[in-house]
Amino acid sequence: MIKTLKLSGVAAAALFAAGAASAQDVTCPIKVGVLHSLSGTMAISETTLKDTMLMLIAKQNAAGGLLGCELEAVVKDPASDWPLFAEKARELISNDEVDVTFGSWTSSSRKAVLPVLEELNALYFYPVQYEGEESSKNVFYTGAAPNQQAIPAVDYFLDELGVEKFALLGTDYVYPRTTNNILESYLKDKGIAEEDIFVNYTPFGQSDWSTIVADVVALGEDGKQVGVISTINGDANIGFYKELAAANVSADDIPVVAFSVGEEELSGLDTSNLVGHLAAWNYFMTADTPENAEFIKEWHEFIGDDKRVTNDPMEAHYIGFNMWVKAVEAAGTTDVDAVRENMWGLEFPNLTGGMAVMGTNHHLSKPVLIGEIRADGQFDIISQTEPVPGDAWTDYLPESAPLKSDWKELECGMYNTETSTCVQIKSNY
Amino acid sequence: MLRALLLAFALVLCLCMPAGPARAQDQDLQTILQTQAEEVASPGRQSVGTLIEALTASGLPSVPLFLERWADRGVYQRSSDGLFYFAEKQGDDYALSDIASGAPAGTAPGSEMTQIRPNGGVRRVIATALVQFQLSDPDITRRSAALDAIARSPEPDQLEPLRNSIAGETDPELLARKERLAGMLAARFGDTADERIAAIEALSGALSVDVRAVLNQILTTKPGVATALPENANIARTLTPGKDLTEDEAYARLVEAGLAPAIWSRDQIKAALTENIADGAVGGVPLGQLVSEDGRDRAYAALAAAGTVPPLVTKADEATAVSAHVFYEEYDETDASITSAAREALDEVETRVFFNQMLDLGLDALSLASIYFLAAIGLAITFGVMGVINMAHGEFIMMGAYTGYVVQQIIPDYTVSIIVALPLAFAVTFGAGVAMERLVIRWLYHRPLETLLATFGISIALQQLAKNIFGTQARPLTSPSWLDGAWVLNDVVGIANIRIAIFVLALIFLGLILFVLNKTRLGLEVRAVTQNPGMAASMGINPDKINMLTFGLGSGIAGIAGVAIGLYAKVTSEMGADYIVQSFMTVVVGGVGNVWGTLAGAGLIGILQKGIEYFNPSNTLAAQTYMILFIILFIQFRPKGIVALKGRAAGD
Amino acid sequence: MNGSFLSQNRSVFWFLLSLAVFVLIVTVLSEATGNGMISTSFVKTLGKTLCLMLVAIAMDVVWGYTGILSLGHMAFFGLGGYMIGMWLMYARIEIIITESLRAAAIPPTPEEIHDAIGTQIFGVVGSSDFPPIWIFAHSFWLQIAMVVLVPGLLALVFGWLAFRSRVTGVYLSILTQAMTLALSLYLFQNESGLRGNNGLSGLQNLPGLDAVPQAQISIAFFWASAVALGAGYVLFAWVVSGKMGSVIRGIRDNESRVRFLGYHVESYKLFVFTLTGIVAGIAGALYYPQAGIINPNEIAPIASIYLAVWVAIGGRGRLYGAALGAAFVSLLSSWFTSGGAPNIPLGFYTIQWTDWWLVLLGVSFVAVTLLAPKGIGGLFDLIATRGSAEGGEKK
Repeated sequence: MIKTLKLSGVAAAALFAAGAASAQDVTCPIKVGVLHSLSGTMAISETTLKDTMLMLIAKQNAAGGLLGCELEAVVKDPASDWPLFAEKARELISNDEVDVTFGSWTSSSRKAVLPVLEELNALYFYPVQYEGEESSKNVFYTGAAPNQQAIPAVDYFLDELGVEKFALLGTDYVYPRTTNNILESYLKDKGIAEEDIFVNYTPFGQSDWSTIVADVVALGEDGKQVGVISTINGDANIGFYKELAAANVSADDIPVVAFSVGEEELSGLDTSNLVGHLAAWNYFMTADTPENAEFIKEWHEFIGDDKRVTNDPMEAHYIGFNMWVKAVEAAGTTDVDAVRENMWGLEFPNLTGGMAVMGTNHHLSKPVLIGEIRADGQFDIISQTEPVPGDAWTDYLPESAPLKSDWKELECGMYNTETSTCVQIKSNY
Repeated sequence: MLRALLLAFALVLCLCMPAGPARAQDQDLQTILQTQAEEVASPGRQSVGTLIEALTASGLPSVPLFLERWADRGVYQRSSDGLFYFAEKQGDDYALSDIASGAPAGTAPGSEMTQIRPNGGVRRVIATALVQFQLSDPDITRRSAALDAIARSPEPDQLEPLRNSIAGETDPELLARKERLAGMLAARFGDTADERIAAIEALSGALSVDVRAVLNQILTTKPGVATALPENANIARTLTPGKDLTEDEAYARLVEAGLAPAIWSRDQIKAALTENIADGAVGGVPLGQLVSEDGRDRAYAALAAAGTVPPLVTKADEATAVSAHVFYEEYDETDASITSAAREALDEVETRVFFNQMLDLGLDALSLASIYFLAAIGLAITFGVMGVINMAHGEFIMMGAYTGYVVQQIIPDYTVSIIVALPLAFAVTFGAGVAMERLVIRWLYHRPLETLLATFGISIALQQLAKNIFGTQARPLTSPSWLDGAWVLNDVVGIANIRIAIFVLALIFLGLILFVLNKTRLGLEVRAVTQNPGMAASMGINPDKINMLTFGLGSGIAGIAGVAIGLYAKVTSEMGADYIVQSFMTVVVGGVGNVWGTLAGAGLIGILQKGIEYFNPSNTLAAQTYMILFIILFIQFRPKGIVALKGRAAGD
Repeated sequence: MNGSFLSQNRSVFWFLLSLAVFVLIVTVLSEATGNGMISTSFVKTLGKTLCLMLVAIAMDVVWGYTGILSLGHMAFFGLGGYMIGMWLMYARIEIIITESLRAAAIPPTPEEIHDAIGTQIFGVVGSSDFPPIWIFAHSFWLQIAMVVLVPGLLALVFGWLAFRSRVTGVYLSILTQAMTLALSLYLFQNESGLRGNNGLSGLQNLPGLDAVPQAQISIAFFWASAVALGAGYVLFAWVVSGKMGSVIRGIRDNESRVRFLGYHVESYKLFVFTLTGIVAGIAGALYYPQAGIINPNEIAPIASIYLAVWVAIGGRGRLYGAALGAAFVSLLSSWFTSGGAPNIPLGFYTIQWTDWWLVLLGVSFVAVTLLAPKGIGGLFDLIATRGSAEGGEKK
């Protein structure tokens, strides 16, 4: 009984959809979901991304909207609470019927949203550097995969700074855990002995860093050059850098490269004691290109504050949003599957110069930049690579080395090249 | 062998080629740079060596200054002609000066000049190259920089110049550093064994990281395996399989040394089986039976018997192979007298380091305890003395910290602003506390559980208010520069000045509160109201007023704690929540209603947390978990806390 | 005595009746029956609300009837969720793994499947080995037993320790809060074996039911939650009525007097604490498959405080009050925070409820505690004893 009712419902919906499609391929206004925490521990980073999205949408509307429609932003606050991310995502997709959603910062929140996205076949843009080991049909990853940030940064440590002993410090959650796992395996490949890799995890919001900093300094006791790879997230960084500065750890003695510290995080700090420490990103505000100057100008006008900084995830949203706009224009519809197919191979200029290309594994190809912290809280770009295509599955972990993602040819995000089978269509959460 | 020779030859060529022509005096600096312009513009640590070699070999007087400016990012390249200049920013343009003479060379627009930014590794190479020029430089900062460079990357050829420069050194501090460095270099690179042993023995009195580095580098070992211990090797120790390393590890070493066949992993066995599938069976075992390890082993054995795959290494094979060999570690240094001297010195150093580490840990614990004490003492007054649970206590801490932040926005001088912020934070939170007592708490004195709820409501309202006003970003609360840095006793023991300041602040408040409670009229009345409000009231004390003042005092101290905590950590709307449970623990463990109890509680928790962290350094969360478990158990045995009130004062 | 028992029964009847009517209405209007007036996500919200009501009445029995302000019942709730989550994850991934290994040339061994599941579950947190606490995860029934046993045992041990040493009042509250904090900190660690901060996710995808749309799964869980709530209500109504009820209320009002009367106060307290802990665990096991994910944040002390607040706002000492309070506050919360409430422009400033809701909530706690200690439930008294409502307030 229920089944027949349901079937007729589906049929009706299909009929309706078909009718709508023949008349016009989109329903106005086109809705863009924004799912960033505006409260809780992650608000420090995510509020800016919400503002970035509002700016990009306003700009697109000023330029005449999309397919003749206004764009409308639907903002929800998941409050740094992972289950709430899943709940709000479902609301956005099924109640507000958004055509695309931009959101998340932490991997945990993305993993919480994934099942909902895949169940309802929605489109999601994730703008933050992450640990990889994932490729969902419904997500486009505009931040860096480990081979676009962590691995080049470690190479820089090994080749340029001659680091022989590594301290991997991270906040205790998915991204640092997986990234450090990949890095450990990579470092061992590079001939670094296990006892020369010190790993430490601290909770979110850790504020007492004296012991850990002392431990890191003591690593130098066997005369090897020590370097710190920091995946410390959020406001815990403030205490960490304050303690580093207090302990007088200069970048010449123990360089620290951070993967989650950008302009935004440093704006809460006095950086004069941190000069020379490093960060690896795909974008720095100091990038010297006309596109970047324009972007910064627009940002300052939008937010009404000349002191606000720009950062890497903002660039990721900038690229992601503009690619989505291009894909929708090419497809002539906001239909998820049509847009997704049009995303593959799309190009859009980076703010740091060159072109970002969306791969069929849903990851971008972007250049990797390494910057040194300056006294004014900005970064001096000291190294910039050619564009590196993002790798969904790392080559440095034995279990993921044979895996590959290709949604165009293989129609699979987790394809085992050894057995030539698709391990699973849905992603791992 | 041939390849190595070729390589060496190529290397020599490399080193000589640029150096050769550079000797010609008519070469000037710019010309040398232009021959390797690419390397100058974007130097790499491993490739910059030849360029620096060429520069230093040229003997040009302008080279040291150029190297310095180059490392300091003072060198720019002009895009029109690719020439290098020193440049200073002047408005939108750059004022250029010649790299050889330093003479002004006009200006250039900003768009034409590219700043050259050597990375940290290159800067270190440059600093090492500069050592020879700087050791006896009249400028003390340069001499000091040279010593830094030696300390960071010690080289054998630095020993002679360093020794030579000691005689001319005028600055006593630098002289001491030079002698120390010379000693360290001598220990590693000295010419004779006696010289090195003497230097090593001289090092045994130190405990710094770099001395340990020197000794450890003399004592580097490499693992070895053989059928019998080699005669003439300098053996560090022999390893017993099963004790110093596991059987599997030992076998892995044998495999690595090529002394035994490798063990096949489960995956490899599976791969071998997969390759040999024939007619739905492997080695006669049908595929259906390969769903168990047992079946696979049989199939593999069948294949091995047929000779298609190498035989499996069994546990027994492994054991025989391991027992037939000795495993040892061999010093890279061949002279046993040097290594034993170094070992002795290092042992001595390490014992001292251990005691100093304990001392350092103690200081950290003390610092943590003082932070907990500051956070909890206000609570001890309101909760302990008045029996009121104030869940909004953490938010008072936050209010104090934000007060500090606001004051710093108005008064830019950090020292003055802190001096203003401390009393102001007290005043603000005192006011807030009094208001809360008047409006909410006094109606609930007989319903303690409900106070908890009401104050919790206030807590979330205040937290959200702070977010609405100040945003969710962490706000900076910067300490004055005289609180920057750390008090360093030696290379192991040190503590940030700001932590010392917090410790002192905690001591002051301990004294202040003891004084107020025990020596003043107010304190007397507070104690009277605490013990028996009815009787106190009939003695002419106004309990309403006393409650209000006590609550205000407790809250005010929380405000001051907030400034202190904000200085060493961060100011966010959620900072209060981080401390509230810890503060309750401190009060409950210490014993309610007693300042000394709070002190004891804070001390116990601080020491405990640091102690647990010491044993499990890679996991601070575990330390916190175990600490709370300990507290729960502790309360089982001392429900009234460490310092329990006795007799009538205990009340109930 | 008889009168109070009867009134309890009456409330049971009315509660069950309105619950049944509510469930029927929601079912008819839901997407599962093709009507679609109530969206699937709202059905999930309602189903979760029913679970919260269940844990709220458990809390009411502990606090409102027995006088123990436990700040730990959301920990039991979360543990229940973790226990069911372990099975859900294991079973779902087991299906994926067997499916993907089916094509392999050599059929996989059970160990290989187990290892592959481990890699899949723990790969994201940088490990691949199964921690020992997962030994029962492969079996639905064993893990269901864990849903009852784990929160129950924790409540029993903790309660035994706490009541034995006669920790009472606010000390007990703080002690339970410490337990909650310790548990959540423990679970935050990766070493806990429950994926640390990431928690267990994908719980809404029931193993083997991929083809069934979420619209129907959500209704099934909604029904299950309603049944559990109804059963819980009857159970607790039975507990708090009769002699048992009198004794525990006596403990609330004057513990030492009850002890002098010869009752073994600790046993009664322990029984109530453990029983409510178990019910909280069951509620959690129904809640988290609807939420889809559980992580240690769910267990953080604040959650338990919210629970107490729901009960306080709903009205302590009456089961329907607690249930209504939980429903009212949690639904209101989600309405305000999802931007459902209209913003209020004041000319110079616009009150955005996403920003100001928590302020309002906080202030309303204070107001309820000060002005209406009986909470919403007190309104029913007003209706029942209209005219003579003066006496009830003061104590």
